[in-house]
Amino acid sequence: MDEGRPIYSQVAEQIENDIISGALPEDTQVPSTNEFAAYLRINPATAGKGVNLLVDEGILYKKRGIGMFVSPGARERLIAARRDRFRNQYVTPLLAEAAKLGIPADQVAAMIRTDGRAAR
Amino acid sequence: MTAIVEVEHVTKRYGSLTAVDDVSLRLEPGRVYGLLGRNGAGKTTLMSLLTGQDFPSEGAIRVFGRSPVEHADVLQQLCFIRESQRYPDDFEPRHVLRSAEWFFPNWDAAFAQQLVEEFRLPVKRKIKKLSRGQLSAVGVIVGLASRAPLTFFDEPYLGLDASARQLFYDRLLADIAERPRTVVLSTHLIDEVADLLEHVLLIDRGRLIVDSDAEELRGTAAAVVGPRDRVEAFVAGRDVLHRDGIGGLATATVNRLSDAERAEASAAGLELAPVSLQQLVVRLTGAPESEVTNR
Repeated sequence: MDEGRPIYSQVAEQIENDIISGALPEDTQVPSTNEFAAYLRINPATAGKGVNLLVDEGILYKKRGIGMFVSPGARERLIAARRDRFRNQYVTPLLAEAAKLGIPADQVAAMIRTDGRAAR
Repeated sequence: MTAIVEVEHVTKRYGSLTAVDDVSLRLEPGRVYGLLGRNGAGKTTLMSLLTGQDFPSEGAIRVFGRSPVEHADVLQQLCFIRESQRYPDDFEPRHVLRSAEWFFPNWDAAFAQQLVEEFRLPVKRKIKKLSRGQLSAVGVIVGLASRAPLTFFDEPYLGLDASARQLFYDRLLADIAERPRTVVLSTHLIDEVADLLEHVLLIDRGRLIVDSDAEELRGTAAAVVGPRDRVEAFVAGRDVLHRDGIGGLATATVNRLSDAERAEASAAGLELAPVSLQQLVVRLTGAPESEVTNR
């Protein structure tokens, strides 16, 4: 777990990542709070807080007596939310670092284009 | 939630030494507490008071609603694993495990047996012939298998190797997940247990200086890194716990930074680095700066 960020939000983020990647498809059951706690070696109450955060946001839903499941449409909603944050989270720091090193924005753009080609 | 432990203005003096100084706190059921502090800070004394093994000079202690002293119905709900537990001279671990069921109503002999095998504890050897790590394993097994509603582990793993400590954390987590109970873990290995704790109690020179949710504590402090003059300008008037630097570069550990202040620091071209619970404890309990190592 990272320092400096609440553990429960990191738990929520890991589940989100698995939903976005397709490892947890819609309407499948997610591991239990205790399974998360044992796997991540964190306090069960903290793991539960992370799971409940996603229940409150409607990403997961509860089947009484059975467990937590991925809500229909959860993946689309998460991707939309991540796209909104993409600029702040990745582009702004990238340009700040480039500015610090004196790399002009159009050169950064050129790098992104060539890197994109190389990756393909 | 009703507290299972209530401590009101408790002070414990030994002659001229004040081991516990005006401490008030509450412990809630089903939580894992970290009782942290330097050597001699008063952690063991506080746990002795809470388990009725010592008497406060001043103040009141209620455990499960009444004083723990000489109340069998309270005491049988407690388990206190001491750092250096003494046993009768000719005792072997199997005698300890056999007698444990007389004291702990929830004792699980099968779980104890499983732990004996996992910790590779020789049960038919004189306790005084055990290695330090094996002696610690005896305490850890009793503490886990007693399943007491309130369990204290005082520095439970002196001499335990890294795999045995990991085994302890894993079994503790799995067991409290299935059978929630309150655990107070007193340790110097803060980095190892940080993610297990729900609540942190930090004692320094007998005084309780932190009584906080572990998640709130994470991220309250931050290390501000950057050119010395800019760092100094930013931290002026704030709660600076520690200063460090090399050449023109300075690092200041600042307590309680809000999101707005973080944004302000970033805008000023300063970098913010997280401060681990262990670093925070080191800063708050005032180790001399020469002893402080940066990771």
